[in-house]
Amino acid sequence: MKAKIYVTPKKAVLDPQGKAVANALHSLGYAAVKEVRIGKYMEVELDGADNAAVQKQLDEMCHRILSNPVIEDYRFELEG
Amino acid sequence: MKFGIIQFPGSNCDLDKLWVLQDVLKQEARYVWHKDTAIGDLDCVVVPGGFSYGDYLRTGAIARFSPVMKAVADHAGRGKLVIGICNGFQILCEAGLLPGALLRNRSLQFRCEHVFVRIETSQSPFTCAAQKRDIIRIPVAHGEGCYFADPETIAGLKKNDQILFRYVDSRGRVADTASPNGSVENIAGICNATRNVCGMMPHPERASEEALGSANGRVVFESILKHLRGSQAQ
Repeated sequence: MKAKIYVTPKKAVLDPQGKAVANALHSLGYAAVKEVRIGKYMEVELDGADNAAVQKQLDEMCHRILSNPVIEDYRFELEG
Repeated sequence: MKFGIIQFPGSNCDLDKLWVLQDVLKQEARYVWHKDTAIGDLDCVVVPGGFSYGDYLRTGAIARFSPVMKAVADHAGRGKLVIGICNGFQILCEAGLLPGALLRNRSLQFRCEHVFVRIETSQSPFTCAAQKRDIIRIPVAHGEGCYFADPETIAGLKKNDQILFRYVDSRGRVADTASPNGSVENIAGICNATRNVCGMMPHPERASEEALGSANGRVVFESILKHLRGSQAQ
């Protein structure tokens, strides 16, 4: 089974990378772009079925190491 | 005094720290390997700068789970001294030994230059040989040194006098332009609530001899020695 994990900077956290990319998009003429936030996407292959135990384990992984709760939020989806 | 300098794969300021402690300040200092589970009877643990584990995932995120970090946390828990410099600061934040986190510099640039840093309090083992408001000139060298914490945490740091160092201009004024990274409140270094764990982004060990253009950084190590001598005399 595959877990798709999205880690994003919290709203209150400055994202200078996102800002630089937004500026680049503006200079390419994409005037509709309002804001860009840059995060991380991870795929984790693991044994098990989509059940509460696996969800709990993934939640723990995200909380302990894959994200830093001080500056980032996370969510994940299970597939397969 | 006995100092232990942790070596992670990717540490690169470990030799400088050994040099300053052992050769310049004539103290007992040794390396501690990141896989060690015991650190012995050290007076002070030094977590050096560099790019531990290639800074993969986030700076310090993987290093903080190294076997040695459990012993470092126990050492800190007993009230003994720990100082993390640059990547060491990032590791201590990730480990939860210090509040907050270090983000990508606001400029997106890796900044490597001498900066002015103001001592915000002399009430800590890391600044007790300095006077409050002293200005020191020491280098920074980092891409991710923008200190961030939520407003409640920042209020707590201020209330408890935990901000030890701030970036200032040459006249000692806290200004946006004086900060190399965009840190909240121009924070360059802090300590924990019990004042025995310190983290700072600038490198005092790279400015501890006149031959290097500044010996201003020595005051950090001299403070540690003064504090340790004081506590041993009691």
